[in-house]
Order: sequence, then C-alpha cells, then structure tokens
Amino acid sequence: MPSDVRPVDERELAQILREAGQARTPLELKGGGSKHNIGRPMTTTLGLSTGALRGITLYEPNEMVMAARSGTPLAQLEESLAQRGQMLAFEPASLGAAAGGEARAATIGAVFATNLSGARRIMVGAARDHLLGLRAVNGRGEIFKAGGRVMKNVTGVDLCRGLAGSWGTLAVMSEVTFKVLPMPEHTETLVLLGLPDEIAIEVLCTAMGTPFEVSGAAHLQPAMVARLEHEGLRGQGQAVTALRLENFKASVDYRKGKLKALLKAYGEIHDLDHDNSLALWQELRALTLLKASDAPLWRISTAPSAGPKVVAAIARYMDCSAFYDWAGGLIWLEMLPTTDAGAADVRRVIATHGGHATLIRAAPEVRAAVDVFQPLEAGVGTISRQLKAAFDPAGILNPGRMYADF
Amino acid sequence: MSRVILPEPDRAILARREGIVADLRRLVGGEAIIADEVGRRAYETDALTAYRRLPLAVVLPSTTEQIARVLRYCNQWGIKVVARGAGTSLSGGALPTEDAVVVAVSRMNRVLEVDYVNRIARVEVGITNLAISEAVKSAGYFYAPDPSSQLACTLAGNIGMNSGGAHCLKYGVTTNNVLGLKMVLVDGSIVELGGPHLDAAGYDLIGLIVGSEGQFGIVTEATVRILRAAEGARPMLIGFDSSEAAGQCVAAIIGSGIIPVAIEFMDRPAIRVCEAFAKAGYPDVEALLIVEVEGSDPEIKALLEAITELAKPFDPRELRVSQSAEESAAIWKGRKSAFGAIGRISDYYCMDGTIPLGKLGHVLVEISRICDAHGLKVANIFHAGDGNLHPLILYDANDADQADKAERAGAEVLELCVAVGGCLSGEHGVGIEKRDLMRVQFDASDLAQQMRIKTVFDPNWLLNPAKVFPLEGRPEAQAKEPKAAA
Repeated sequence: MPSDVRPVDERELAQILREAGQARTPLELKGGGSKHNIGRPMTTTLGLSTGALRGITLYEPNEMVMAARSGTPLAQLEESLAQRGQMLAFEPASLGAAAGGEARAATIGAVFATNLSGARRIMVGAARDHLLGLRAVNGRGEIFKAGGRVMKNVTGVDLCRGLAGSWGTLAVMSEVTFKVLPMPEHTETLVLLGLPDEIAIEVLCTAMGTPFEVSGAAHLQPAMVARLEHEGLRGQGQAVTALRLENFKASVDYRKGKLKALLKAYGEIHDLDHDNSLALWQELRALTLLKASDAPLWRISTAPSAGPKVVAAIARYMDCSAFYDWAGGLIWLEMLPTTDAGAADVRRVIATHGGHATLIRAAPEVRAAVDVFQPLEAGVGTISRQLKAAFDPAGILNPGRMYADF
Repeated sequence: MSRVILPEPDRAILARREGIVADLRRLVGGEAIIADEVGRRAYETDALTAYRRLPLAVVLPSTTEQIARVLRYCNQWGIKVVARGAGTSLSGGALPTEDAVVVAVSRMNRVLEVDYVNRIARVEVGITNLAISEAVKSAGYFYAPDPSSQLACTLAGNIGMNSGGAHCLKYGVTTNNVLGLKMVLVDGSIVELGGPHLDAAGYDLIGLIVGSEGQFGIVTEATVRILRAAEGARPMLIGFDSSEAAGQCVAAIIGSGIIPVAIEFMDRPAIRVCEAFAKAGYPDVEALLIVEVEGSDPEIKALLEAITELAKPFDPRELRVSQSAEESAAIWKGRKSAFGAIGRISDYYCMDGTIPLGKLGHVLVEISRICDAHGLKVANIFHAGDGNLHPLILYDANDADQADKAERAGAEVLELCVAVGGCLSGEHGVGIEKRDLMRVQFDASDLAQQMRIKTVFDPNWLLNPAKVFPLEGRPEAQAKEPKAAA
C-alpha cells in the first residue's frame, strides 16, 4: 500500500493536488479504507487520505440538513444524527466486511463518492439523491463548490450528481452537505420462508406495487440464510423473503394487515418485531453475510423482474449464491473462484437481461485482468473519458480504478 | 423588462436562412418544418414573455433519428439549436435566438412501455407531465413530479429544468424519478443511458443531463419511475396572523419527524386572488398553509391530529381539515392555478429562489421591504416544506419603468436568497433570466468547472445559446461569438 499524505484542510488539499497535477503524479484516494480493495488495482505510489478532514460543520435538525468534512467517519456522524432521532435514510451499504477493508471505517465522503445505497433506496432514493451540496478540489488543484444546503436547487450544472458514484476519479470532495430524515418510530418485518427465487421476487414486486410503503424488500437464498447472525432466521434453514414496514405503530399495523391479506396465497407469513427487524436490516446493511473470503462477489443492478433470470442464467455455468435486495433489482452474487471471477458469463448474461454488474471482490490479479465496472458502450465511453479530463486533465485522481484507460 | 443582453445574431447564418430551411426540409421532410413568419412567431418566446426572438426555423420531429439528422447538420455548419418542449419555461429556457433552429419535441409524445411489475414507464419526452400520470392512473399509479403547469408542460422541459412541484417534498424532483434517457448529442450520435434498473452504470451522466437546460444535447426518450398512489390523501388549511408564525409552524412540523406530502404557503394577497378564482374556502388571513398527508383513513386522521397539535403553539386563526374529495380538489385547484389567477389581475414576475427554512420569517420581511422600496406589490406563494419561494412581483408590463423596477426587485430578492444560504433557482432553472446572477451564487472556479462539462457535451457551444452561463468568462470557443449588444 502506498504511503499517504493527509492534508489537514482544504487549502492544503488543493496545494497537494496542484503540485501532483503539475508533476503528473497519480494519487490513490482514500477515506477510511473500507472500500480500498474495490476497483481495478492501481499502480500509484502515493496515497492521499481525507482522514484528517474531519468534523460536522452544520447540523440543522429542523431543516433536515447536515454538512461534514469529507473524512468524517460515518459512524461518528450517524451517532450525532441518532441523538436527534435522525438518520441517513438511504442506509449507506457497509462494504468493509464484504471487501476485506477496515470495518466501520467508512467516511462520509466515500459514501457519496461510491453512491452505494442500502435497502431503503427503493423508497427514498440513492445516496446521490440525498447529496445537496459539496466542496471539492479537481485534478488541477482548483477548489470549487456545487449545490448548496437547501432541498431544491436547480441552479447551474448538477456537479453533486456528477461526482456521486465517480469513485474519486474526478475530484476530491472536501466537504459534503446532505439531507437527513427522521428515524421511523417503529419497524416490523414480514417474512416468508422457503420460496424459490422467481416466486419470492414476485412477492416482493407485488408488495412494492401496493400503496403500503414497503421500505425494504429482500430475498436470501438458503446458502445466504445459513450465514445470518440472526439465529431465529438462520435456524429455519430455508430461503428468507423479507418485507420491511416502517413509520408510527398504528400505520405499520394497518399496512401489515393489508399486506398479509394480499400475500396469503404465497404461504405462511411470519412477523419480526421491532427489535428483531432492526437487527436483521442492520445485518443486511453491514453485509456481514458476505464476509471476506476468496470467493468472487458481484453487485448487479437490473430490473427487479429480471433478477431471478440473471441469477438462474449465471447459475447454469457456475455455483453461486444470491442475496437479492431492492425487490430483486440488486443482487449480491457470490461464486466459486475462477480465473476470471465469472466475468465472461456475468457480462454475457447482463447483456441479455439488461442492467450492470460490478466485481466487488476478487484477487488483485483478477481485478487487473477483467472489467471490474460495467464496460461502457462506445458513445458513453467517449463522454466519460472527456468528463474525466474536464475535471482531471493530467489523470492523477485514482487513474485506472474504474476503467483501464482513464 | 428585458435587461439581459442577448448576443447579436450571426449574420452569415441569417443570410443563409433559405438554404438552411431547404436543407432541413430535405433532411426531415417539409411537414416537419415551420419556416413562415407567422408560424415561427409561435416559437419566439416562452412563459417569460418579456424576451422575444424570431427563430431561424422550427423543426417538429417525430423520431429520434430525425433529431439526429438535424443536429448532425447544424453541428457541421455551426448553426445554433434550441430544444423546446411546450414552451412553459418561466426563466426563458426555451427562448430562441434569431440565428438558431428550434427543435420542438411536442409531436414525440407516445407512451412506449408501461411495466407495472418493475414500476417504470418509458415515454417519448414530448408527452405532457400529466399525460404520464393519466396513462397509468387506471392501475392506481402516478408519475410524482407535479409542476403547476403539468397540464401543458412536457417531460422534455421537466428534464431540461429538473422540475419539481408541490408534492416533491415527499417524492423528490425530476432527477430523483428518471432512471434512463435516450439522447441525441450535438454531433448527431445517439446515446442510451440507464434503463429500468436503479442507478445507471459508470458516471452519473443522467444526473448531469437532468437540469442541464438543453445545453448538453436533446433528450428524446426517458424511463421514469411510476409509483403506486396512496390509498388516500387529505389537505388541511392552517391560517396564521403572521408569515413568521406560519414559517415557524412549518419548521415545527418538519422537525417533529412528520414529512407531509406537501406544505404550501400563501400570503394574504395571494389568498384573496386564489379564493376569488377557485372558491376553495381559504380563510382571509395573513398567511395560510396547505398541509397534505397521505395514507389510509386512520393514518391520515392520526397525522392530521398530530399536525394540529404541532400548529397550536403558533396561535392559528383557522384550522380546517378538508371534509370531502371535492373540497380537497378545490383547495389544490386554488393553489395550482395561483399563477394564472394572479395573471388575470396583474402582470407579474415570478421568482424561484430557495432558502433554508429557518430564514423564512426574515426573508419574507425583506421581500416586502425590497418590493416596497421599488413601489411594487408582491404576492407570496411557495413550497414551504422545502423552502422554495415563489414571490410574484406585480407590475404593469406596459410601463417600462415598472417593468425595469420589477426586474431589479427580483434580482435583489434572489441575491437575498443566496445571502441567507439559499440558491437562485429551486425548480424553474436559470435560463436567460438568471444568467447574469450566476456570479452571485458561484465564483469563477465553480463556473469554470460547470462550463468545462458543457464543453464536453457541446464543444462549439451551439446548444441553447446565451443561457445559463454569463456571457463574459465563457471559454475560448465563445470568444469568437459576435460582440454582445444591447
């Protein structure tokens, strides 16, 4: 791992990037290091850590807005929010456990830079939808800002969304401003057991097509259930299909009743109470069931109804096990190690069914040899390359992390 | 009005007008071209009527391929292009220039696919906003962003401006509801981004394109999220003796953890006009909130009771829950037709700044002071839940001095919004109107980064010219543009 420089403020960050840009010194960006092993391996010799850019700079609970320096640990920030009964509603996915990075080390900057959202994304939107404003430094060492602290803002080009999900390849965020939401008063989960994937996803999509505001819709194949920490569910030894309901208790009760009546043809429906529900969804968010191993791990986004088809098609070629989130539209797929981590088959299947796939975990030599991120269609590739150059003309920010040639 | 300077048209292009029209006819067929002056007049302005320019020609394409041919041709010959939906922009976003070809997508209005299992609709972007909801209504679904002009405005314009609406407090604005796009780039190539899945691959180009005000290309198709409508919805009216009290009540509701689907604010001048128009039963108070919640009957009842309790400390003059679907419809009709209703009694200049909620009381006082100082009246209507203000500055358009004062007052209001931590535009876009105010919100380095992205998509700056970015300080490619003149 390269040695790190740790700027203590935005001005120093800009100075470092200006010099690196002039000298064309590539930098590997790092927040807390929880996602360090994701992406194509880079050949950089210098690391740049945002770890010293810390601190919450604005918190107005009544306006549902918070701002923090980019290196602020997510855990610290969520603690502050919890004290006021608020949260990051998109449930940033914790990759530390799955990708072998440092657990609980994620920084808020990296949460937005990777745009990886958890179960509630289906109801409240992604990380990118909660990012209201930012300050950042581009590859020329220029400080710029975008967006603001208000909920609605269409003034100028939406650079916030431009940087969300760019994996540190366009600019280094120094401060982010984001929307926060009240924590639900009460949470319960409906669980169906032993459903095959196709039927389970039908259940999840049916529930999503109701007015009953399902805020989590997941399905775990038996192999995934066996890894759950939640003893009650692990002990069932069969597939788990889960629907989360949140809000005040009377509202949850009402919607639970409605959904149970609607879904009764699919089999017995079990209840998880408030505490058990929190435990289950916390565990799914932490992705502890995908604990680091040498088994390649893919993250696939597709249309929910295509989810089981994608998994079945890949399963024809190799042993794999799936954890579906987002009503079937997000698949965490783990498979036995092969020389290409199954990339050829995964890419072919995705080409047929639509969507995109990211290789979240594989040996470095595999990640160097195959496309880790979804390969881009030619026209989109050209724009993406030029967009990179518009922020980082010398190509010093995480070069090669997303794509081999930029 | 019309203080914003537009560049002198390119005389070489104007001189070639007939040849260009003939070429366009050959490319897309004569029935898709409007070249006569009377026909072109219909496209000389949008809802910011103070600015008018007769375009070179108007193209009404029926297919993405036709748009590709037009853009390829215009790019090759250095001809500017202005994309247009229904022309309802309040910021002059669809204003043409004399040397530009207007590409109006209104004929491309088909629903291509509705997929209830995956909760998406794929449509051509000339479809009106409301028509998307109408297409899925029978199955109990709707398309969430709901600008007041939703009966007329197109998805094309909504994508261009990243439009919001009254109900985006809960459901988000356009960018939160678009999953995929098909777009023609300035060189005539066609790209497809995203699709029926969440979060497109690679850089968030959709996020950059939505709200880019026709600067990056012409979007022709979109995949949008459709949502299952709540079982029911009910608004309540809460009247106050002061705008400050109403503002504090909004903060108390939001701070309590309840997120209503909409919180709308009107002050007395707006209430009176809207009541006369819609007979909605609005109380005659200094400030009024319309708070709407959704869900089943018991959920609605519980939420409205909670909101009533939250409002009490602010001494409401009136607390009234809608008792019927008809009453609810009237309440919303009054709000949604507010701009039209006020337009019947006076010309107005509609502002669109957004402010942090905590500054609401202060900003309302200052808006009154600014308008008073210019001798103008103002009616305030806005999306209070997310701090998006729409002060309507009333003036007489036939009085040049008043018009000028209205524009100056408007600029001062927007500068105030930025000064308190807000922004110039919450949902209407920058267009021509706020172009020269961009420096109030952004410094040179912020704008330079935005303009570099514009240059990626449109290297010769041919798309929707003279908008969004101040003319001075544009990159080299623009320095060649003929000198600006008043």
